[in-house]
Amino acid sequence: MSSLQSSDLINRRSHKPHTSMFLRMLMRAAVLRRGRAASALLAMVVAAAVATAMLNLYVDVQAKLRKEFRNYGANVVVVGKDGQPLPADALTKAESALAGHGLAVPFAYIVARTSDGQSVVVAGTDLDQVRKLDSWWSVTAWPNTSKDALLGTRAAAVVSPEGKPFDLSFQGHLIHLNPVGTLRTGASEDSRIYLSLEDFENWTGVQPSTIEIAASGSSEEINALIQQLSQALPGANVRPIRQIMEGEARVLGKTRATLAAAASLIIATAALCVLSTLIGWVFDRRRDFAIMKALGASEGLISGFFAAEAAALGAVGALIGFGIGVAVAAWIGRVNFHAPVVPRFNVLPIVFVGSIAVALISAVLPIFLLRRVQPAMILRGE
Amino acid sequence: MFGRLVYESFRRQKRRKLLAGVAITLGVGVATAMIAVATDIGDKISRELRTYGANLIVTPQEDTLDVQIGGVDLEPPSDGAYLNEADLPKIKGMFWRNNIVGFAPMLPVSVRVNDEADAKTVTLLGTYFSKRLTFGKEDFVTGVRITHPWWKVRGAWPDDNSSDVLLGEGLATKLGRKAGDEIKIADEAHRVVGILSTGGAEDNQIVAPLALVQQVLGKPGAVRRVYVSALTKPEDAFARRDPQTLRGAEYDRWYCSPYAASIAFQLQEAIPHSHAEQIRQIAQNEGTVLSRIKGLMLLVTLAALFASALAVSAAMATAIFERRTEVGLMKALGAGSASLAALLFAEALLLALIGGVVGFAGGALLARQIGRSIFDSQITIEPVLFPVILAIAVIVTFAGSAVAIRRAVKFDPVYALRGEA
Repeated sequence: MSSLQSSDLINRRSHKPHTSMFLRMLMRAAVLRRGRAASALLAMVVAAAVATAMLNLYVDVQAKLRKEFRNYGANVVVVGKDGQPLPADALTKAESALAGHGLAVPFAYIVARTSDGQSVVVAGTDLDQVRKLDSWWSVTAWPNTSKDALLGTRAAAVVSPEGKPFDLSFQGHLIHLNPVGTLRTGASEDSRIYLSLEDFENWTGVQPSTIEIAASGSSEEINALIQQLSQALPGANVRPIRQIMEGEARVLGKTRATLAAAASLIIATAALCVLSTLIGWVFDRRRDFAIMKALGASEGLISGFFAAEAAALGAVGALIGFGIGVAVAAWIGRVNFHAPVVPRFNVLPIVFVGSIAVALISAVLPIFLLRRVQPAMILRGE
Repeated sequence: MFGRLVYESFRRQKRRKLLAGVAITLGVGVATAMIAVATDIGDKISRELRTYGANLIVTPQEDTLDVQIGGVDLEPPSDGAYLNEADLPKIKGMFWRNNIVGFAPMLPVSVRVNDEADAKTVTLLGTYFSKRLTFGKEDFVTGVRITHPWWKVRGAWPDDNSSDVLLGEGLATKLGRKAGDEIKIADEAHRVVGILSTGGAEDNQIVAPLALVQQVLGKPGAVRRVYVSALTKPEDAFARRDPQTLRGAEYDRWYCSPYAASIAFQLQEAIPHSHAEQIRQIAQNEGTVLSRIKGLMLLVTLAALFASALAVSAAMATAIFERRTEVGLMKALGAGSASLAALLFAEALLLALIGGVVGFAGGALLARQIGRSIFDSQITIEPVLFPVILAIAVIVTFAGSAVAIRRAVKFDPVYALRGEA
């Protein structure tokens, strides 16, 4: 009974001073060897910053590039089945399904006759929206008043070679149009005449038959949108524009893969830098190690001491590095994409755990080597 | 004596030298791989961007207006001008022939599909699928399988010399046909070898070898338009200038730059009576996407160079710091600061050169591996990169060692020898 109590006391005594001594040793080690500790911390911070920046960039680059890819225009198209016009509320439904993540532009088409009997396709659309959707259109001047028309270059050569006002007829209805600008795309738009939807409907009474949608998001999100639209518009055919979707997926995939390869190389290099600095740092302090051992500290305690030191270094380095890394990623985003990369806080745990793990490995490795050496040898400088 | 010191230092301290050497090798390897990837990425991505399809179109000069909505020809032009199929291989004789990834001629005609009960008018599109052509001594393969990579076929692709056809997905459902069935086009039976899905107007058309369609139309050699897929340089202010206003050297520079506009100009020269134009949706956006990706990789490469420089300096600093007893001993024996520094720098130089050579070779292999696994093609390493990389390795190693060497040389030998540093 009494022997149990006394061993308990010894236990408590040997534990209590340990903890405070332990902390004190940690603090003093950092303060006394400021230069070496600072260089180890610097290596840690830089590595964590580089890792954070690369991971952040990797996560965010998809969103950034998707935005660039949206310059290719529509990726989803809604057309009335068998050439039927779409219901009047189709555009509102499409816009509510998009919920601000993209553009939906209505198009109505007819074939009209010129005064000398030539057939020409006339399209009515929301010209302000088209300007945003099809940014590659090369237009000399956009129409802005009623009865103004935008002429494809080839259509212009037929209907109004000298830029004079011209007449078009559709089912006996005549319209007098004023050509204000020409349009060049290199595709079928060059043979068309574009009017504002209002003019078009007043003249022909034809409702839009096509809605072109530029939806932003991943291919799953776009497929979900297509599903949703097909349900909301049973009379319409909703399909993805494969040419655009597949090209985007391919280029994006390759870019992400290259970036992933680059990021892993860079992170590995940064980890190597930490490893060599920390190993040097711990190796340098083999005298501390020997003195502790000579004074009777157990190997577990010494390993624990160095490990705690390394973990603390890793944690502090990771936090500071995360801040710097986020700033670097934001700067890269601003320079290259003209929009800062949003900080991703789900990267933080990875960087945090990774930094501590690398720090622990680099602290424990030299200890493992030194364990076999007699303290006397080290203290004698051998 | 100097040489012996360096030699012995390498012979006796293998472990330390190995650590520093490994750090330099890895750093140089990563830097080489990243520089190689970054310099080649533009080329690789612009090839990937070709999955968007053709960026140039060639039409007859005297072309009538297309009456086309949603890719469907409402009044298929039965007359009008045509290009001559025999002129097409000349595309491979142009100045920028190596930038032409592929081309596909198109010839749409409307035909009656004779189904016992009801005859239907549909568009029959003639094209090359994967046709072997010869220009001069050069053999090449071209067709929609190259220029329109998003076209998918269930079943088989027809042979270009056969009279087999592909049936668009939508049309196949309407007519109730599947791959392997027969279809009567203009009173002649043809075998449907595959069902085509494109997500475009072709889903409601019949696609057949060009020769077959020319025969149906009765105009051998006729081609309505040609889609050309070319590797181009992003357009800049110079590219937008009118070639007519350029003089002498400027004209040569414009002509010899692979801008979409200058390739279009050359296509026009190669094919008589033609008009070539860039398809702006594809050609214009390519440039922006390409420059963004290139810019990104450039910045990432800078980060990689920075990280490897840091790794190399950290390893060198540690390696030199560990040798202060040795330095102290040499100083105690009377070595001057200059000769000590020279010794340490000589060792660093040797390490940098060995690490640089091995690292360059490793980095080149790594770049090749990245190229093969991501882009299915080789990343070429410019030989001029070798001296540049070696110089960078030496400079970084010296810079990394400088502070540590300065400190080591300034040490009081007494402290160093007593191990109190």
